[in-house]
Amino acid sequence: MAGSTPASLTAERPAPAGIAAGVTPRKKARFSPGLEAWRRFRRHKLAMASSIILGLIVVAVLLGPLIWRVPINEIDFASKLDGPSWAHPLGTDDLGQDILARLLYGGRISLAVGFCAMLVAAVVGVMVGAIAGMSRGSIDAALMWLADLFLSLPQLPLLLLISYLFRDSLTKILGTQGGIFVMIVVVIGGLRWMQVARLVRAQILSIREKEFIEAARALGASSFRQVVRHILPNALGPVIVAGTIDVAAAIIAESTLSFLGLGFPPDIPTWGRVLFDAKDTIDIAPHWALFSGGAIFLAVLTINFIGDGLRDAFDPRRVL
Amino acid sequence: MTETLISVKNLKKHFAISSGVFSRTHDYVHAVDGVSFDIGKGETLGLVGESGCGKSTTGRCILRLIEPTSGEVWFQGADVTRLGSDALRQLRRDMQIIFQDPYASLNPRLTVGAIIGEALQIHGLAKSRKALEERVVELLETVGLQPDHLFRFPHEFSGGQRQRIGIARALAVEPKLVVCDEPVSALDVSIQAQVINLLEDLQEKFGLTYLFIAHDLSVVEHISSRVAVMYLGRVVEIAPSRALYDTPLHPYTEALLSAVPIPDPTVKRKRIMLQGDVPNPIRPPSGCHFHTRCPIAKPDCAQRDPELLEKRPGHWVACHYRG
Amino acid sequence: MAETLLDIRGLKTWFATDDGLVRAVDGVDLHIDRGETLGVVGESGCGKTVTARSVLKLIDMPPGRFEDGQILWQGRDLIPLGQDEMDKIRAREIAIIFQEPMTSLNPVYTVGHQIAEVLQQHEKLSRKQAIQAAVEMLRLVNIPNPQKRVHDYPHQFSGGMRQRVMIAMAMSCKPKLLIADEPTTALDVTIQAQILELMQEMKDKIGMSVMLITHAMGVVAETCQRVVVMYAGKVVEEAPVEALFGDPRHPYTQGLIRSIPRVDRAAEHKERLESIPGSVPSLLNPPTGCRFASRCKYAMDICVRGMPPLKEVGPGHRVACVL
Repeated sequence: MAGSTPASLTAERPAPAGIAAGVTPRKKARFSPGLEAWRRFRRHKLAMASSIILGLIVVAVLLGPLIWRVPINEIDFASKLDGPSWAHPLGTDDLGQDILARLLYGGRISLAVGFCAMLVAAVVGVMVGAIAGMSRGSIDAALMWLADLFLSLPQLPLLLLISYLFRDSLTKILGTQGGIFVMIVVVIGGLRWMQVARLVRAQILSIREKEFIEAARALGASSFRQVVRHILPNALGPVIVAGTIDVAAAIIAESTLSFLGLGFPPDIPTWGRVLFDAKDTIDIAPHWALFSGGAIFLAVLTINFIGDGLRDAFDPRRVL
Repeated sequence: MTETLISVKNLKKHFAISSGVFSRTHDYVHAVDGVSFDIGKGETLGLVGESGCGKSTTGRCILRLIEPTSGEVWFQGADVTRLGSDALRQLRRDMQIIFQDPYASLNPRLTVGAIIGEALQIHGLAKSRKALEERVVELLETVGLQPDHLFRFPHEFSGGQRQRIGIARALAVEPKLVVCDEPVSALDVSIQAQVINLLEDLQEKFGLTYLFIAHDLSVVEHISSRVAVMYLGRVVEIAPSRALYDTPLHPYTEALLSAVPIPDPTVKRKRIMLQGDVPNPIRPPSGCHFHTRCPIAKPDCAQRDPELLEKRPGHWVACHYRG
Repeated sequence: MAETLLDIRGLKTWFATDDGLVRAVDGVDLHIDRGETLGVVGESGCGKTVTARSVLKLIDMPPGRFEDGQILWQGRDLIPLGQDEMDKIRAREIAIIFQEPMTSLNPVYTVGHQIAEVLQQHEKLSRKQAIQAAVEMLRLVNIPNPQKRVHDYPHQFSGGMRQRVMIAMAMSCKPKLLIADEPTTALDVTIQAQILELMQEMKDKIGMSVMLITHAMGVVAETCQRVVVMYAGKVVEEAPVEALFGDPRHPYTQGLIRSIPRVDRAAEHKERLESIPGSVPSLLNPPTGCRFASRCKYAMDICVRGMPPLKEVGPGHRVACVL
């Protein structure tokens, strides 16, 4: 039952004064849907813990390389494949390079790729989904057909193809790192917008039928106003949740690509790359694979839990 | 004699049902199938009927929230169905609607102040932010809510209070006609009374005209000056409220009235039981739509459509054999 | 001396929710005798549905729990019984039908299958016998062409028909008590009349008792012999139906009856509906003392201090009020 504020009265009759004071009124302060959502998120302990951990990871990759000044490519065959020690808290790889430094540095790229790919998917997805959901008939059908088309494209072969076609031109314009970054982000994001578009479209289709939209029309609101002020704010909840899942998926996608040797050049220590390098010596130097794999695992896990928390926070059953 | 505020003539709305890969239209739902009535200034016309009779669709067609298939709606000297978008926007100031579902009719992400104030913003009715706020507070108080409710969100209110917010929103543009689409059906009985009283008070205060759509006959009888009964897209009877209930002429009206439970165990009535269910509005029965369930149906009832005729002063019936 | 079938004593069904402890049913006494129809009336949030579901223990046990009280069925307390024992009682001794027949019927099985399932489980009939019995049940509830319709799916029936199917399912094991939770609220008034008549017929045929839960006072007046009025988780008045409508003692009951518009009342001067100001208190933090006090026009200091117990004011007539 929705919480009730005390006695809203018709103009006629106030409740007996003394009695109303004796009854416990609802003490709710004003709560915007945003604040309500935050409250519910806070109750999700796993999500809160994950937020803190993820926050620490982000801080680590941003500031870490400034604090832990061990170079990422200092080759030192003497200490190759060493386990964790004071000099190298996460051990070294087969070239004697410090794993901690490499992970901290590479983390920036892995997380950035994840985040940017999610942005690409979200922006394209929201636009396509909104247009499809608001228009009817042929435009909607055409856009959904396009989405279906994209859904049937295989990610890996496509990346190979695009890599083959555009790698050189992109690296020429944006430099090696930049070029490949853009390429990967576009491909990963470009193959994930469909789910977002579907979600947004479905949300819009359902919200369109709600009476408060009809009410806005009855008041004389233009279509634009209806979409921007009424439909989109209500539609974006699930999209935000899907967004977190996209970040996680993008990080894994990048890791996979690097693992397959298709991503960034081998000297750039993205987490997937480091894992790729570690795979051959798992039996003698497990720490290498464990720490790099663990980094990916931890990031994805925390993001997924945050996504869970967001889903509870935006639970439409409560708000709508 | 009160002047006529709105005159609906032969309104029809047929929804196309399409299916198949190329969306071919196969059939039509004859939701509204030739509805005509007038409403005088300051009066309340009740529109009653069971589910599927087309009363909600009629209300929305008048406001052009749904585009009618054919027919005319004369309001202030112009046919509403033919107005262009600018004139339609103007019209929105004169005709408003209150919805049935207090939970779905308010945007959950906007504050109450924003919901009510939107009307003022769209039509530029407030000169400044302060003026807007003052007007919204005024409206809140008119419907019996507190000024500080301005900053709250719909989910913090009960069903009855949300309905009041919806009423305040409709009043913001100072309309002449308000279509009330089942405004109390979703509310508890004791809250219904509050809202009905409020609507009556507002009508008196602002000289409003109501089209009160409902399926609860008791509520409609109470609030309306005249009542129109609909069945399967057509009006079968229109009469002053009291006359309809004392001397119903159409067999459907009689059956409907006899089915309404009276909250008094000492009152015993003979109930006219209708057989079967309401027919499918896609293929309504030929001739008089009611003939398949009518206790007095004769062969030619299936042949000819009965016209809505004034069989007694102010009392119109669409039946070949009554009146 | 009437035989008491169901005797609920001091029932408390509480729910542990995120927002706190909801005391949905907070000390309820009621009983049903053989062959009678008891009406349980109240508005949303009063606990009537939870009470009904508690009888058959259809409550999700976390977060719900039986905090206190007994549910005596023919002298035997149901609360401590395990699932197996309860299964023997459900459908065979006590049956329940719900408000929304579309969601109570499984859409992927034919109605015949669903009725037969009940019979196969409880009466140990073979499949063939069960389907035949299902056809008979459909015939009993006046569904035309039962031989054919027994193989139809729920979506092929109208709302009223589905409710009949629900009744057929409920009746199939000839239970001693039928709990009907708002069985006609979602139906049109003419269909409601049919269903109520059907329930009465069934009741007469097998001498069943009925616990009718509703918020419609009109339905109660027409079908029940005794009535229990609930408010905010407690019983506030209990009386034979004539006494309840003729001489309501609790201010809530009085307000409820007076706030209902009546179709049959002469309204030469349209009386204003009497409304109960305010709204139902939250069950999360119920007020100490009488829960109706905040809305009661007769409220006194004593009302806030302690919950008045049910006291006898007439034959079979009990009220929880100091007046």
